[in-house]
Amino acid sequence: MSRNSVLPQPIKQKFFSPGVIALIALAINGLVFLMGRFFFGIGAVTNLNNQYPWGLWIGVDVAAGVALAAGGFTTAALGHVMHREEYHAIVRPALLTAMLGYTFVAVGVFIDIGRWYFIWHPLMMWNGNSALFEVGICVMIYLTVLYIEFLPIVSERFIGRVNLPGPLASFNKISDKILRLLDRGLSKTMFIFLIAGVVLSTLHQSSLGTLMVIAGPKMHPLWQTPILPLLFLLSAVSVGFPMVIFESLLASRSLKLKPEMHILSRLGSMIAPLLGIYLAFKLGDMFIRETFVYLREFNTASVMFTIELVVGVIIPLRMFLSQKVLKSPPLLFTAASFVVFGVLLNRINNFIVAYTPPYATGSYFPSIGEISVTVGFIAMLVLAYRFVVLNFPIISVHDKYSAQPTKYSIKEVGK
Amino acid sequence: MPGKSRRDFLKNSIAGGIAATGISASVANAGPKNILSADRMGVLVDTTVCVGCRNCEWACKTAHNLDSGDLNSYEERKILESKRRPSEHALTVVNEYTHGKNSTLPVDVKVQCMHCDHPACVSACIVGAFSKQENGAVIWDTDMCIGCRYCMAACPFQIPAFEYNKAINPLIMKCDFCFDRTKEEKLPACVGICPTETLTYGPRTELIRIARERIKRDPSRYIDHIYGEYEVGGTAWMYLASKNFTELDFPLLSKNPAPGVSESIQHGIFAYFVPPVSLYALLGGIMWLSKRRKEMEGEEKI
Ligand code: SF4
Ligand code: SF4
Ligand code: SF4
Repeated sequence: MSRNSVLPQPIKQKFFSPGVIALIALAINGLVFLMGRFFFGIGAVTNLNNQYPWGLWIGVDVAAGVALAAGGFTTAALGHVMHREEYHAIVRPALLTAMLGYTFVAVGVFIDIGRWYFIWHPLMMWNGNSALFEVGICVMIYLTVLYIEFLPIVSERFIGRVNLPGPLASFNKISDKILRLLDRGLSKTMFIFLIAGVVLSTLHQSSLGTLMVIAGPKMHPLWQTPILPLLFLLSAVSVGFPMVIFESLLASRSLKLKPEMHILSRLGSMIAPLLGIYLAFKLGDMFIRETFVYLREFNTASVMFTIELVVGVIIPLRMFLSQKVLKSPPLLFTAASFVVFGVLLNRINNFIVAYTPPYATGSYFPSIGEISVTVGFIAMLVLAYRFVVLNFPIISVHDKYSAQPTKYSIKEVGK
Repeated sequence: MPGKSRRDFLKNSIAGGIAATGISASVANAGPKNILSADRMGVLVDTTVCVGCRNCEWACKTAHNLDSGDLNSYEERKILESKRRPSEHALTVVNEYTHGKNSTLPVDVKVQCMHCDHPACVSACIVGAFSKQENGAVIWDTDMCIGCRYCMAACPFQIPAFEYNKAINPLIMKCDFCFDRTKEEKLPACVGICPTETLTYGPRTELIRIARERIKRDPSRYIDHIYGEYEVGGTAWMYLASKNFTELDFPLLSKNPAPGVSESIQHGIFAYFVPPVSLYALLGGIMWLSKRRKEMEGEEKI
């Protein structure tokens, strides 16, 4: 392994900035509405009703959240399973996004279910026929796996640097010992978790697609298909790298670092084939089931489907094929944003737009409360990301701040 | 019958014990009870007889401790001018439609859970709180429910309702076929009160025979369709009518059980855990190989 001068390290910057203050305001706003949900019930803050049992929180916080956190398992597959070390610089940021993303997915489920204090029930009460059961169990295990994958970063940060305040200082030595022990144990067994993470991801990414299959004719035929699980998996795989590019460029901009273009362009060149496979299945499904007839009508469904396909898949597919796009940060960012937008829209379409209950008197549109909570969660996620990259070795920086060569890194995993 | 005693046991347990009994009971049988007994019961609703008195609404509410009001207030027919749906406040409602063939009288349709033979709600519920009982009733165990509302998204008739405005212990609500009464061989409350014999309670096979006979005897009165005989694989509640069921707001459904496709996908992905385990092995193999390749390359360089 070439020990180049780019090593992950905490970014030395202040946490607060004007943007951060704005995010905190959004987060607080969300929390206020969230309190309403817990004190007065789901009906008090959402537009959900007996016809529309699921809305923005399930569609965006949960379904889109899971899809957009797919960068975690796709980069783990690339970096660790296929052992492409040149990509290691992006594995950690992707892992962090996945960890935070899934944490917020879990929180999203927690606030959406009516009896949040029974959230542990699926662990004990099994229904193997239920797609939701499978999603729930896989997400729970995967979240645990993500935290385990993150542990080496924590131990790397603290080994030899444990410095507990005041009277706790006497525990410094022992904490350090524990960390070292943990680190050694983990680096021997980490490969188990890495592979498990990829398997669990393919399982629940696809089962998330199975969720709406049971709704049958209640779902618009443009989206309702028995291959939904496959489409969900393929779209999750193809949004993984664009999401990494998206956040990497965003992070380097906000933290004023040089973008890792050499890695990102290489990553970008892999996106077109993945998007191509997804597009092929999506179009193939449309032609086999002859659902294109619905595109001749002009309504919300046909418009949303067209935007999802053209803006979210076809345009970025073309862009990622161009060398010019791959070399230019703004263009690469644009292309990646299109894919991210496309998958976000696809999840919204599947869970909200396509869902047409038989007796609805009106259509569903999220309430201010629902939107505030979702925006608040996204703000919290960004804040958490910023906090972690400022305090833990996540982002690889060119050797400007004289990085301490760290012995413990996830690279050693599996040796 | 372990399932039955389990329910009673759960019912009797005090709040504190609920969690513990829930665990032991469901570990014992992973997955909900889904019995399709040959002599399951059902109800035949003959909408050509119904007068829209809404006594069934009152009886249902009374039997389920819902705010039912005065029976006389149900004579008010203005409410029939708008279409209503069963909700957390009323497990069954009657809607009125314009007359069907060979008649000038309006058509009244009682709506409630259909008690499907292959219920989507039973298949969907994340914790297996729903179950199809031997007597045909589809009921659910409130103590297990986590309030995820997947049953509502799954039900082809959009029946389960949810208490959105309760912060603590919101319940899923729907017609339970008066399980507490029917399991003791009593009539469902709505069937018991109906003054016109619109509702016939009996073994499902028998009901189909009766329905066929009525259509045969009086073809000018009925359209030739027993709604629920085949819809989504058959339902316990079935309907006769004098006009097309889609005009009476019944969903147009195929004969295939609603959970069919999603269950076969689920079972395909999880066939004895073979696919996930093979994927694990495959990825492990790739990981090992690619690591070896890297190491060999490294050695060559040295
Ligand atoms: S009508 Fe709906 S709630 Fe009733 S049994 Fe069928 S699927 Fe379940
Ligand atoms: S809301 Fe309750 S009964 Fe319905 S699927 Fe969820 S856990 Fe099951
Ligand atoms: S069977 Fe019982 S619960 Fe169902 S509608 Fe009749 S009275 Fe109500």
